Amino acid sequence: MTPIEEALQEKILVLDGAMGTMLQAYKFEEEDFRGERFKDHLSPLKGNNDLLSITQPEAIKAVHRAYFEVGADIVETNTFSSTSIGMADYAMEDLVYELNYASAQLAKTVANEFTQANLDKPRFVAGSIGPTNRTASMSPDVNDPGYRAVTFDELVEAYSEQVRGLVDGGADVLLVETVFDTLNAKAALFAIDSLKEENNWDIPVMISGTITDASGRTLSGQTVEAFAVSVSHIPLLSIGFNCALGADQLLPYLRRLSTTTEALVSAHPNAGLPNAFGAYDQTPEEMRDLIKKYLDENLVNIIGGCCGSTPEHIRLIAEIASQHQPRKVSQYS
Amino acid sequence: METRYLKLSGLEPLVVTPESNFVNVGERTNVTGSRKFLRLIEQGDYSTAIEIARDQVEGGAQILDVNMDEGMIDGVIAMTTFLNLLAAEPDISRIPIMIDSSKWEIIEAGLKVVQGKCVVNSISLKEGEETFIHQAKTIRRYGAAVIVMAFDEAGQADTLERRIEICKRSYEILVEQVNFPPEDIIFDPNVFPVATGMEEHKLNALDFFKSAQWIRKNLPHAHVSGGVSNVSFSFRGNNRVREAMHSAFLYHGIQHGMNMGIVNPTMLEIYDEIPKDLLEYVEDVLLNRRDDATERLLDFAETLINDQKDKKVEVKAWRNDSLQDRITHSLVKGIDEFIDEDVEEARQSVDKPIEVIEGHLMNGMNVVGDLFGSGKMFLPQVVKSARVMKKAVAYLLPYIEAEKDGKQEAAGKILMATVKGDVHDIGKNIVGVVLACNNYEIIDLGVMVPPEKIIETAIKEQVDIIGLSGLITPSLDEMIYIAQELKRQTLDIPLLIGGATTSKAHTAVKIAPELDSSVVHVNDASRAVTVAGSLLNRETSGDYKKRIQEEYSVFRAKFLDRQETKEHIDLKTARARKLKLDWENFSPFTPNKTGIQRIENQNLDALVPYIDWSPFFRSWDLHGHYPAILNDAIVGEQASDLFADAQVILSEILDKKLLTAKAVFGLFPANTVADDDIEVYSSEARDNVAVKFLTLRQQLKKREGKTNAALADFVAPKASGKADYIGAFCVTAGFGTTELAQQYEDANDDYNAIMVKALADRLAEAYAEYLHEQVRRKHWGYAAEERLDNEALIKESYKGIRPAPGYPACPDHLEKQTIWKLLNVEEEIGVSLTESLAMWPAASVSGYYFAHPEAHYFGVGKITQDQVESFAQRKNIAVEEAKKWLRPNLK
Repeated sequence: MTPIEEALQEKILVLDGAMGTMLQAYKFEEEDFRGERFKDHLSPLKGNNDLLSITQPEAIKAVHRAYFEVGADIVETNTFSSTSIGMADYAMEDLVYELNYASAQLAKTVANEFTQANLDKPRFVAGSIGPTNRTASMSPDVNDPGYRAVTFDELVEAYSEQVRGLVDGGADVLLVETVFDTLNAKAALFAIDSLKEENNWDIPVMISGTITDASGRTLSGQTVEAFAVSVSHIPLLSIGFNCALGADQLLPYLRRLSTTTEALVSAHPNAGLPNAFGAYDQTPEEMRDLIKKYLDENLVNIIGGCCGSTPEHIRLIAEIASQHQPRKVSQYS
Repeated sequence: METRYLKLSGLEPLVVTPESNFVNVGERTNVTGSRKFLRLIEQGDYSTAIEIARDQVEGGAQILDVNMDEGMIDGVIAMTTFLNLLAAEPDISRIPIMIDSSKWEIIEAGLKVVQGKCVVNSISLKEGEETFIHQAKTIRRYGAAVIVMAFDEAGQADTLERRIEICKRSYEILVEQVNFPPEDIIFDPNVFPVATGMEEHKLNALDFFKSAQWIRKNLPHAHVSGGVSNVSFSFRGNNRVREAMHSAFLYHGIQHGMNMGIVNPTMLEIYDEIPKDLLEYVEDVLLNRRDDATERLLDFAETLINDQKDKKVEVKAWRNDSLQDRITHSLVKGIDEFIDEDVEEARQSVDKPIEVIEGHLMNGMNVVGDLFGSGKMFLPQVVKSARVMKKAVAYLLPYIEAEKDGKQEAAGKILMATVKGDVHDIGKNIVGVVLACNNYEIIDLGVMVPPEKIIETAIKEQVDIIGLSGLITPSLDEMIYIAQELKRQTLDIPLLIGGATTSKAHTAVKIAPELDSSVVHVNDASRAVTVAGSLLNRETSGDYKKRIQEEYSVFRAKFLDRQETKEHIDLKTARARKLKLDWENFSPFTPNKTGIQRIENQNLDALVPYIDWSPFFRSWDLHGHYPAILNDAIVGEQASDLFADAQVILSEILDKKLLTAKAVFGLFPANTVADDDIEVYSSEARDNVAVKFLTLRQQLKKREGKTNAALADFVAPKASGKADYIGAFCVTAGFGTTELAQQYEDANDDYNAIMVKALADRLAEAYAEYLHEQVRRKHWGYAAEERLDNEALIKESYKGIRPAPGYPACPDHLEKQTIWKLLNVEEEIGVSLTESLAMWPAASVSGYYFAHPEAHYFGVGKITQDQVESFAQRKNIAVEEAKKWLRPNLK
């Protein structure tokens, strides 16, 4: 059993909050993104947040530290878009392994600092694997529903490269997250399962889907139960949901998931729904009170925040989580 | 025993439990089994091929078998293409796929394009253990279940012993070496033909049954499947025998543990309906009950061949169904082509024409209602159904009139109205149509209906429910007033509240306490039906009303509780925290042309590229962003249909110039004074104030460093000495809408009547977007170089804003009067303001232009008493009157 699996037997683990929101405060400009190393890079780099792991490592570490300080057990690496597909927008496909390796290392360094300071509370690094900006089971072209902008094989290749970097860099667990098209996630799982066998790795895998709206389905149209069925062929540490919805909108789907899976359950919802300007207004107290329902109903093993959540949100979530028991996986019938 | 169920998925899950009925696999999308499907694939006619898949799903298939094994087609390409296209059909792809091929590369191609958990059909030990293990491992990694054929290196199992031997060996390899989940293993122990005349074939069916039983007993969690039609192979051409044999085979197979199978439902007799003699002969063969079983069945089969003829006639689609089924089909599918002839046929079959409405038509509409209620039909389809219904009723009306005693028993009478001062009726009309579909009698009083008229009509017509609609904020007060009046006159009529600005919060907090009868907020048309039904159900309405009252009172308490927690600061402090732009280092751009300009007859074609379609779909309760919504898994098909219909009406509007668009706008010297007010000057001399725009300021207590904004912050203060400017505009695309919609309504076509209004709204919004661009680039000219596509426009990527009174940045509708005065709107282009300050025609947009690059949209939010008083004093109106207009924003 890996250390994170051991920790999960004892208690609810707390995942960190949003990275992007925290980075906005730095107001990084084009030259900050570039740093010395990429000052002559041909395409614009502003907005390539994952690159900051190389060009502004102290800022990334500061964010990880901020979350660990308020009680998070797990931080996610700054690698949501670090695949050759995501990096194509910046002509940085060649940098993918390094990005993942560097991001995992940064997070691991900070995690180790905190673990050393308090051996009773080990801290973990989750290698964040985003959905990419292409969908394998939907056509981007209305007039050509059979067209696909990306193939399964291309996704497997892109994810394999990312996973190698994350694991080599020291990630304790892999987190396939914000799954809006299940076929993309299946390609990630395919890549992970192949690499685990090839390299004899013993690294747990978390998966987290996204219910896009009140229809209660993923973007690619699956219900909660169909999603769970479609990704459960690989041994999973946890299955859950994140993003798109606030904690209250997510609750009914989490309830359904909790009764349908034998894996542990995770949730990292947004801090409410975005307001008319795309910002998140939900206060830490509001979010904590909504999350308390999950805990009272014993729905989760891993809890955190997605868009709009800040260290203050996570502090209150960690506080309340520490007062509750983790969900016990029942052999349902 | 531990429970491990076979779980598969398409868009929805399929869980096979011991209680599950036999799982039926659709087999028509198989090039080896269907000549028609093969021909379509060979010709590349995938859209017709998809329809075959749809028929299978509609016919009850729970898994869809897809097979592309044919020498003349490229199986990998055909499998990939077909499955990709299926993925875009939510009503088909909701069920799991069975990827059926004897070629591994085709199986793998299929596995790479299906998001759900499918079944691979099939693998076996035919080529040895190594290949078998590799394939099984790969299939698990893709996340699929698997069918294993009873086949090994020595060939296909044709005895009970061989079947058992191979299945056992396969199972052990899969479970022990590959770690394949046993519940994901489905055995196919080979269905072979019986009654072939050959001695060695006579145990074929019986051995299959026995092996099925052995597998279910000895190989934990595994399942048994088979291709049923093989068994009757020697009776090709004699469908009666084949159908009976399939059905009997299935019956006994299921008894023995077979729980899945590939069956053509149209080639299946109902077991209980097989003639006794035929059944006996068939079962003798299947179960090998007598030595002469085959001969006896063959003899009997001969006698059946002759009466094949009539059954051979191809059942040509739904037009051959019963009268009721045809009418139901027309209503469900929204087809009006045959409705008159069918209704005529129905009329002749009954005593009184009204019975056609109460019988045939209502039966059909009940099906529509059920489908809609269960989310299997979408709004645009229901409105089309209503169109057919109306056409049918219109056909019958003269006959009913002639009888003079026809009085339809409606489910209830509902009065619908858009309240006084408000002109928006798209949503109300949709709800009305949907309710009418569900047999409610609708009395629609139209728009701008005074409360007195609503109540008077309610009493006179003895309505059961009053539905109120409104889009602009003052309408909320009208609704409260009507509630108060109902209470004062002690009328116990439930209220339904709907419309864009209404909310459950407003209904619960402001309306519910005002009346004794029930009030329900209904935010979409589908809910309206269930709510109306619950309110009027004689037995349960009491409980329902009580429950609603409790729900609203709990909601109200919680809402009020929550309200108190937000802190606000006083106006003075808010002003001190205003957005301070750096005016010292900023020079406002002088417009190329100041003063009022009018556009009399805008070319509509120029506006089309500026249309933001997403809200159009929203107005039909279809949620999602354009163009992605056209491919949406759930509503994509409806959205595409709706969009296509919209294009037809839109081109007609454009070609025949059925709507008229006009605009008036102007750019003026302006400066901010006293923090919150914008003085607009009649000339560059800036000595004569033409009008003064009053803006409202945010008062929510915010974090340090955040500002409390008002629109006035975007215009240079007079004290800065900078010469700044402001713009104002009103555009309309609404002239002609009413007449055109009326034409459709007169033709009983509510669908297109609603469509016209929705399109006019979109054109008006597009015009506002278009004109704003013209202003930025030409008339004001500060963004002469700007080139944005429509998506960028929708995302508001441009500099400067055009906020509209009544919306969050300036929630006060009174400012419209100021714009009207400044631009002379009514005289210039004929758009007027109602008493509630809604614009008429409804498809109009008005607002301000701000050019500062930092200008942005925000929401004023709640304001406190001191700002209301200040506003009233600046506006020179009574505080009470100010409160009336600002009520939704009052803390």
